[in-house]
Amino acid sequence: MTRNPTILVVDDEPPIRRLLHSALTRGGYGVIEAEDARTALAALPIAHPEAQKVAALDLGADDYVTKPFDTEEVSARIRAALRHRLASETNVPVVKVGAVEIDLLSRTVTKAGREVHLTPKEYGFLAELAKQPGKVATHAHLLRSVWGAGHESDVEYLRVAARGLRKKLEEEASSPSIIRNEPGVGYRLVGAK
Amino acid sequence: MNEPRPDPEALLRAASREGQGRLKVFLGAAPGVGKTFEMLSEGAARRDAGVDVVIGVVETHGRAETEAKLRGFEIVPRKAVEYQGHALEEMDIDAVLARRPRLVLVDELAHTNAPGSRHDKRYQDVEELLAAGIDVYSTLNIQHLESLNDVVASFTQVRVRETLPDRVIEQADIEIVDIPPDELIERLKEGKVYVPHEATRALGHFFSKSNLSALRELALRRAAQAVDAQMLDYLRAHALAGRWAAGERLVVAVSEQPGSLELVRAAKRIADALNAPWTAVHIETPRTARLGDAENNQLAQGLHLASQLGGQVATVPAETVTEGLKRFTEEARATQLIIGKTTRSRWFELRHGSIVDRLVRETPGIAIHVLPMEQAAATAARPVPTPGKWGKPVGYLVSLGLIAAVTGIGLLLSAAENLTNVGLIFLLPVMVAATRYGLRTGIVTGLVSSLAYNFFFIPPTHAFTIQDPQNIITVFVLLAVAGFISQLAARVREQALLAQHSAGQNSALAGFSRLLTGIGRREELGQVLCAEVARLFEVNTILLLPEGADLVLRAAFPPGSDLGMLEDAAAKWAFDHGRPAGRGSDTLTASEWLFQPVSAGGKALGVFGLASPDAQAPIRSDNLPLLLSLLDQAGLALERIILGEEIASIAQLKERDRLRAALLSSVSHDLRTPLTTILGTLAQLRVVKGDEAHIAAARAEAERLNRFVANLLDMARIEPGARARSPEPVDLADAVGTALEDLRRSLGDHQVRIALPADLPLVEVDPQLFHHCLINLIDNAAKHAFAGTTITVAARREGDGLVLEVLDEGPGIPPGEERRIFETFARIEGSDRKGGTGLGLAIVKGFAEAMGLGVTAANRPGGQGACFALSFPPRLLRELVPAE
Repeated sequence: MTRNPTILVVDDEPPIRRLLHSALTRGGYGVIEAEDARTALAALPIAHPEAQKVAALDLGADDYVTKPFDTEEVSARIRAALRHRLASETNVPVVKVGAVEIDLLSRTVTKAGREVHLTPKEYGFLAELAKQPGKVATHAHLLRSVWGAGHESDVEYLRVAARGLRKKLEEEASSPSIIRNEPGVGYRLVGAK
Repeated sequence: MNEPRPDPEALLRAASREGQGRLKVFLGAAPGVGKTFEMLSEGAARRDAGVDVVIGVVETHGRAETEAKLRGFEIVPRKAVEYQGHALEEMDIDAVLARRPRLVLVDELAHTNAPGSRHDKRYQDVEELLAAGIDVYSTLNIQHLESLNDVVASFTQVRVRETLPDRVIEQADIEIVDIPPDELIERLKEGKVYVPHEATRALGHFFSKSNLSALRELALRRAAQAVDAQMLDYLRAHALAGRWAAGERLVVAVSEQPGSLELVRAAKRIADALNAPWTAVHIETPRTARLGDAENNQLAQGLHLASQLGGQVATVPAETVTEGLKRFTEEARATQLIIGKTTRSRWFELRHGSIVDRLVRETPGIAIHVLPMEQAAATAARPVPTPGKWGKPVGYLVSLGLIAAVTGIGLLLSAAENLTNVGLIFLLPVMVAATRYGLRTGIVTGLVSSLAYNFFFIPPTHAFTIQDPQNIITVFVLLAVAGFISQLAARVREQALLAQHSAGQNSALAGFSRLLTGIGRREELGQVLCAEVARLFEVNTILLLPEGADLVLRAAFPPGSDLGMLEDAAAKWAFDHGRPAGRGSDTLTASEWLFQPVSAGGKALGVFGLASPDAQAPIRSDNLPLLLSLLDQAGLALERIILGEEIASIAQLKERDRLRAALLSSVSHDLRTPLTTILGTLAQLRVVKGDEAHIAAARAEAERLNRFVANLLDMARIEPGARARSPEPVDLADAVGTALEDLRRSLGDHQVRIALPADLPLVEVDPQLFHHCLINLIDNAAKHAFAGTTITVAARREGDGLVLEVLDEGPGIPPGEERRIFETFARIEGSDRKGGTGLGLAIVKGFAEAMGLGVTAANRPGGQGACFALSFPPRLLRELVPAE
């Protein structure tokens, strides 16, 4: 395990690269700059935002932020992405989000120590998010992996499952604390430890 | 291999039905089988299933059981029509259209409306309802069907006058209402059957068991046929290349004879059975140029009926009927020809040969049906001899003069030398008279010539007796030559006349198209069209073109003509339906003007009106084809002009769009990049140093600028109106939660209360646009609310729809400003101090309307503060069925 990961910063604007460079070095990362070639982290222009976000995620991007972004937020996202990479390397089978614990091995979900009964689809949805906490799972990805191929555009299934999960897992159903919707893109699990 | 490809015609038919209402016809064999009862029962079932059903018109004929069925229906009141002192009641079509039910019940599809109604026939009302997207249930007795009219009349002895074109029910769903004949007769005896007016005289005969059985068979067969036709349409549209009768083409020859109408109906029946396209053709020979008005009318009726029954119509000029039919059937690649058995005399056939015989001989590849035709009625007598048939007096004078001169010359010649063949010179006056003055003058001249020859030259001279039989031959030869030559000459003259006529038509068309080519503006086109038609047909003309929702008078000849209310209505109808209206058509016939749509590619582009200055029918039937050709040309020219204008404006739009896109990407890039750097740097500064207050101020301003840029870009995205929107089902709880997440920094010390019921349906919106709507609404509330107060986001059902409200506790909206605050850069007093850009609410309105939502602003009824509401119409709601 490396203590100091190195990050490649790609942007065509020198001021942006300088800004990220200083923010990330202060965060203790090694930084390499490049002017083109889009790979790990995609900063996206405004035109047709949803479509490009989805495309970037499908290409293997871990996450995205849109300009203008907050350097603190970028740092936080990078931390989350790295943690999840470490987590998947060490195969952490239990994901904790607030009072909720998702055990991916025994396929059980508990809230404040008490088991919560989920429908199979609700569990599938939540587990898919929990495998990569903090990362956005696109609508199409969720639908394909939980409901199966052919259901990629049945977004209302997701809405039903998300609503059910919130009711069962969250204090106040209307203010999303752990399952966050990105309009037009997908869902992510926030606050995972 | 032959790839089965969808038949474009079938697809077109299906496409033209989209957005149309469905017609369902309850078809019965005879009155009294219970069609109305059945229709009401099914209507009631639909109503009970939650469909919006009203009754347009239903005749109960006083039957108690039917009347009982009416209960529970909403009935649209009928419209009273005054006609010759009688108060008649008809379906109020405008009231039904205004009511806009899902389904309307309209009894007796074949009914004829009272004079002065919008349409002559009820089925035309129904067609208008269908076109407006309203489903219709209706009832029909089989004998009212146009193509079965003759068949029914032939065995019931009752001729039904109210007929219905077959095309009306061709696309309809048909339900047979059937009871056995015995039962129907029983019901008749019990007085349960209302007897239609036409049948009163023949009551006993009409309701005989054999008749009822025959009618029943007809009804069942027709229904089976309709199902067949619809099945075929489906097969063709979906290219399920099955076996259907391919390649059959029918041609029916239509003449001026009265049996033609039946011939056309028969052709329709045969074509239907063969499932083949068919054409009614009229062969225009020199003889038809001499037809009287009554015959012309008969001919026009035949062709009109054919087009009403769904056939094509053609008129072909030719020397003889046989030759014309031969040529046309070859060109049309017809496989079957239908002609009537003519009522010509044996004598006519001996002279001209039987048309049937010659056709059979000369068109070997075609099956020929020869159908009997009704005997000519007494009224349709043969053509009255046209005046001038006997020739002008001057012809006789000239002929006499010529005979005198020839006699003189003959006498001189025979005095000089004894000539035996002097008789030949008498051919001269006969030929001149026959070619120049016609048959009868020729024959008279021949007679006089032979008398003169006899008197002056044949021994004994100066007497009318003939001794030598040889000379008798000479006299007869003279007469025969006169007859023969005048026949030939008359033919030539008629051909010349006909050629002149069609040359006149062709030159009118050619001249008109020449006139049109140079025209680039609508006004000019209107003037040329109006003046040309007015000149050719001696009528007053007018051209109306659409402007927005109205038809506007763009040209008239003579200039200054104006239209009354009725004419306006007729013009509008003709434009909307793409069919003629007004005098001489079958819609709104009380209008003095006849309106013809000017169309291209099946789309009406304008309406052309014509009226006779002396209030006669605007145009003779034989001139109609020329008029329609002229209008077709005008339609093409008009389309060309409109396309030209569109291309010009599209080019402009494209240029503007290109500029806008360039500006957008420049703004997006050049403004956002420095903002990102400024904001990012400020964020890091705060961590390093402790000068919080100054940095916070700089950061707040930078964020305000950032918001302004974001809104500006959003606004620019609304205005082209062309941004592709992709609605998907969105959970309001999701959307509100995400919006609050994004806003958490600008909410300040406001609390947010969320009041969303648990069972809300999903809403179909573009998630990104909706997100911006919510952000701007909540941001707006936070800006204007008093410090430390609560902002409420609530949703509730209202009627079938849904309302999402954002409520604040603040000064509220100044009275009268509820609308203005949604305008771009509109700011209410003092709001600029709070950092508003003046764009937020304009964006809310623009996005909301683009997604089909309603948006309103008001002050809260109870407390202080404003209430902004987004309303979702029922069509955007998706109720959730609990999963699994």
